[in-house]
Amino acid sequence: MRGSEYRAGVDRGLPVGMGYFSVSFGFGAMAVSQGLGAWDAALISLTNMTSAGQFAGLTVIVAAASLWEMVLTQLIINSRYALMSLALSQRMGQRIGLLPRLLIAFFNTDEIFALAMSRTEPLTLPYMLGLGTLPILGWTGGTLCGGLAGSVLPVSIRGALGVMLYGMFVAIVVPPARQEKPVLAVVILAVVLSCLFSWTPGLKDVSAGISIVICTVAAAAVCAVLFPVADEEAAQ
Amino acid sequence: MSLYLYIAAMALTTYLIRVLPLTIFRRPIRSRFLRSFLHYVPYACLSAMTFPAILTSTESVLGGAAALAVAVILAYRGKSLIVVALSSSAAALAVQWMTALFG
Repeated sequence: MRGSEYRAGVDRGLPVGMGYFSVSFGFGAMAVSQGLGAWDAALISLTNMTSAGQFAGLTVIVAAASLWEMVLTQLIINSRYALMSLALSQRMGQRIGLLPRLLIAFFNTDEIFALAMSRTEPLTLPYMLGLGTLPILGWTGGTLCGGLAGSVLPVSIRGALGVMLYGMFVAIVVPPARQEKPVLAVVILAVVLSCLFSWTPGLKDVSAGISIVICTVAAAAVCAVLFPVADEEAAQ
Repeated sequence: MSLYLYIAAMALTTYLIRVLPLTIFRRPIRSRFLRSFLHYVPYACLSAMTFPAILTSTESVLGGAAALAVAVILAYRGKSLIVVALSSSAAALAVQWMTALFG
């Protein structure tokens, strides 16, 4: 019974694992193009399991900024996971105890969260571990392969591989921005602020991590005031 | 500073954000502002990190601009993540090779 639950989870996690492999390939290539080793890049992926957070973290590492800047950047960019963990916590109920939760928290990514929440049967520990297995392998393995490929390819191709990651960010942002005006507003506001921090004298000396934090907080806060999302009760 | 200190700080912060609401703070967030803010955060940070950084991420600004244009157009037409990413990467490469040939 436990074995079949695990296998059911692995089956559901397979497409996510394959998707993660290709996305993290871009991350590995970019990390290597910025001077990290392929194995170190893979270690980042294995221990973090985030895309935007890792990319921002890479920026902070390359800028040789302080550890506090790293903590602040991750706190802001990954804050949304708190919301997902809260929802997952309610969904798991009393069936899953403290120790398994310590383990499950490690790989509660956007996609695994979505898969877990969409299951109609009750969530079990073996199912959750099954869900996590291939995405963790894919995310770490893809980073390693991207890093190794990036280390042997010429510099020009390495740069182009790194662009994949930006392409992916665009692919995540554009479809919802097309459908929802508030998301479009957030995107435009964040881009304008980001340009100010890149090109304006004075502002462009602000370190990379802090400027990402300021752009993110300002754009998200303004739009949260202007376009509050519907209440959870109303949305359901 | 050691790379591994950065990685440890990064991983620990990320883990705490995920683990605390699963174990200790398990009450739903009542503030509508906070829920809206958290909803918008991913779009804000992905956008801020992508532009204008994508322009300077390859050997030429032209290559970065081509990658961005291709990504936006394909994403607008609803192409999948992988198609968008590979095409934008290919666009950057194509521009690089053309500038190397004719530049």
